[in-house]
Amino acid sequence: MKKIIIQEKIKIISNSRVGRNHFRLILCAKRIASLSIPGQFIEVRVAEGYEPLLRRPFSIHHVKGPNIEIFYQAIGRGTEILSRKKAGEFLDVIGPLGKGFSILNTQYSILVAGGMGVAPLVFLAEKLKECKSKNAKCKIVVLLGAKTKNHIFCQKEFKKAGCDVKISTDDGSSGFGGRVTDLLKSVLLNTQYLILNTQIYACGPKPMLKEIGGIVASCGLAAQVSLEEYMACGIGACLGCAAQTKSGYKYVCKDGPVFKAEELT
Amino acid sequence: MNTEIFLGALRLKNPVLAASGTFGYGEEFKDFLKPKDIGAIVTKTITFSPRQGNLPPRITETAAGMLNSIGLENKGLDDFIKNKAPGFRKLKTPVIVSIAGDSPREYGELAKKLCAAGISAIELNLSCPNLKNSKLISQDPKTTYEVVKAVRKAAKAAIIAKLTPNVTDIREIAIAAEEAGADSVSLVNTFLGMGIDVNTRRPRLGNITGGLSGPAIKPIALRMVWETAGVVKIPVVGMGGIMTADEALEFIIAGASAVEIGTANFIEPKTSLNVVSGIKDYMRKNKIKDIKELIGSIRYK
Repeated sequence: MKKIIIQEKIKIISNSRVGRNHFRLILCAKRIASLSIPGQFIEVRVAEGYEPLLRRPFSIHHVKGPNIEIFYQAIGRGTEILSRKKAGEFLDVIGPLGKGFSILNTQYSILVAGGMGVAPLVFLAEKLKECKSKNAKCKIVVLLGAKTKNHIFCQKEFKKAGCDVKISTDDGSSGFGGRVTDLLKSVLLNTQYLILNTQIYACGPKPMLKEIGGIVASCGLAAQVSLEEYMACGIGACLGCAAQTKSGYKYVCKDGPVFKAEELT
Repeated sequence: MNTEIFLGALRLKNPVLAASGTFGYGEEFKDFLKPKDIGAIVTKTITFSPRQGNLPPRITETAAGMLNSIGLENKGLDDFIKNKAPGFRKLKTPVIVSIAGDSPREYGELAKKLCAAGISAIELNLSCPNLKNSKLISQDPKTTYEVVKAVRKAAKAAIIAKLTPNVTDIREIAIAAEEAGADSVSLVNTFLGMGIDVNTRRPRLGNITGGLSGPAIKPIALRMVWETAGVVKIPVVGMGGIMTADEALEFIIAGASAVEIGTANFIEPKTSLNVVSGIKDYMRKNKIKDIKELIGSIRYK
């Protein structure tokens, strides 16, 4: 299928706070919504002027009818401005961008989220559920890793998509105490995942994704991981978002953001 | 209304070009505009051999600007001729190929091979480090002269010499390029800058320093274009932070025959198209029949 990129001014349906500085932004973007696949992202111009100058990339969190949803944390100039936007205002958006997850109809799907890495995985879980409804034996397991119990998001959404959700927190305030990669290791010790066909999908900080690459390699599984990098154009023109891979630099915006874990160095 | 201009033998239907390194090889922007509607496209810089580019992070945002240190990443001349050049005819607008080398001879060789492959216009990226004396080529009038001369001898193409603003007096570099036979000069490339993350105390760029572009540099770029247009007879192509038609008009009124749109393409991919139509609106409103009436029309009183 030929990829089409849309640029349009789209209306904010809602922009609500869901955590200390976490927000959900719902946009009415019919054309982008109809073209999006999990793992893809949009580039949002958060201000008309030059502060900030560049667009901000956000992964697509959820698509429902004509609406797309973004889950973000207000941590920098761009996201702080975005967090003050009100329903009814318009945003200039380009998307959908990048290469998303390949949705594989494996018996087991394990989704691993580190912190804000949860953002693209809800959309993925929903799409996997559509496959699952065709094959009742399929199982989706979500491993949600966060700093503390106050940083756990989207549990409800994953459960709604029929996923088995397991939690890990760095401080042990909820679920497994430790890193989500350790939780993944312990989950994989349950040999059913190793014997039967399993695909792992992950998004989170780069060290976490690299570690997942090592874990899956050691047990003969495959993983798709979604990377993040500073970005300017979002369409493969500036070559700014280069990420080192085994076959040289690749661009997160165009060759990714989703890569095979074994490609990472 | 006539918006046509010439850069040597290169005819442009309007004076708005997409700047090197900001527009890929033209294809990347096909969902946003038709290349035939803009004056020309300048490609990402090509070098003889493939270059893998600099360590990430390669870009960082600054106040009304951005720093980049891509490091001339490209797949090299042979790949370019085989895989990119054949698609240019489809774009229906002139494609100017940006080249960089490490010696006058290498620039000449690149230009010769590109001409043989049907390329008729070349922009010389003279802002890459000259290995011999650790200066940039266009920081030295003599090396600038030698490079332009070598290309002039080697190729029939229209030559645009692109200059760095990181010099004491850009006029003497522009004059050197003119004397060596450049058909036009384009300026400015990016200003060398840097940024530091105070939390980690690390440079924000993998390469430590990088080139500053965007609205932040526009007044300095405009001043340099005005200075240069005052001392050379060949056309000047102005650029540096142009985001709107009015800003492009400032460069034209200061003496630029054409303008290049760079960083703006990353923020609003239709900028070059908007600038073309904005210039036409301005001409209509001010009853200007030919863009040439505007070039260098700055009034001091």
